Amino acid sequence: MTNTKIIVITSGKGGVGKTTTSAAFAMGLALEGHKTAVVDFDVGLRNLDLIMGCERRVVYDFVNVINKEARLNQALIRDKRTENLYILPASQTKDKESLTMEGVETVLNELKETFDYIVCDSPAGIEHGAFMAMYFADEAVVVTNPEISSVRDSDRILGLLASKTKRVVENRTPVKEHLLLTRYSPERVSRGEMLSVKDIQEILSIPLLGVIPESEAVLTASNQGVPVIANRNSDAGMAYQDCVARFLGEDIEMRFIDPKKKSIFSKFFGGN
Amino acid sequence: MGLFDYFNANRKSAEVAKERLSILITRDKIQRDRPSFLPQLQDELLAVIKKYVDINQDDISITLDREQDCEILELNITLPEKSCQQREDKPLPEREREP
Repeated sequence: MTNTKIIVITSGKGGVGKTTTSAAFAMGLALEGHKTAVVDFDVGLRNLDLIMGCERRVVYDFVNVINKEARLNQALIRDKRTENLYILPASQTKDKESLTMEGVETVLNELKETFDYIVCDSPAGIEHGAFMAMYFADEAVVVTNPEISSVRDSDRILGLLASKTKRVVENRTPVKEHLLLTRYSPERVSRGEMLSVKDIQEILSIPLLGVIPESEAVLTASNQGVPVIANRNSDAGMAYQDCVARFLGEDIEMRFIDPKKKSIFSKFFGGN
Repeated sequence: MGLFDYFNANRKSAEVAKERLSILITRDKIQRDRPSFLPQLQDELLAVIKKYVDINQDDISITLDREQDCEILELNITLPEKSCQQREDKPLPEREREP
């Protein structure tokens, strides 16, 4: 493929939903008919396979391919539910330094031959693994919680995306940045207890790709090893579908950013 | 509880968060955009000044400010109280003694 896009899902801070987003985003792209590979860059702490529900099918991993101990198509795991979706798991044992620049580039180039989209699930932090995940990216989804430490770390990551990626080094147009807000609670925002979408957008000043509401469906999905986007009726699932559609160029209004209107009944009885 | 605390307690926490973040991120950006040569410049300036006047590392500070399109490099050197003039016992550097 000549116009394969490499997308990094990154955040700086841990626990904000990078892996959940990577899994949902990759499955969403595949469901739209694009051949997609999702790559776990979190060497030593692999979790993408768990979220994707393929942990028992891992034989070879990313580092094995880099070290030429296995061929790429031996390590790629085909998703059983979705056509067009493949997972390249991270190694659980080796350390992050085994992701060499040349090794990563070789694997990504080989993936480019067959895939439309390569989704890179970045580890937390700004160390080597995170750097490798973002270095070759064409676009970046910056996952942020409405929490000050997360917003600050996202700003830090945006600084790195603008200065330390291959596109910048080669003087090409910089990495296209997207903001994805997760664990958003419109009710708490309306009570003045949580930074709003507008606040965070003002501070980070990058285009908003979507808002994922705080949702029980996310934990249920990871318990079952099913990306939350597969739960088409859940709020988080629908929000991720919207994000993917927007990413692919559709113009879709933001949902789940206003408090739920309480019915007269629930107001009366104090329920939700 | 002072008057200030009273107002603070009444402010919404999200508002406080936004204000803290805005200040923090502006400061982070300045740090990040700071040219990497500043510390070295400071060291070299210190070495040159030390040839003439006894000063410490702490007596010299360099800041870079930005106002719209204009960058201002501010250099602040605190000279010791007594001898602002050249010290008697310190000879002039080689170069300047040449004819």
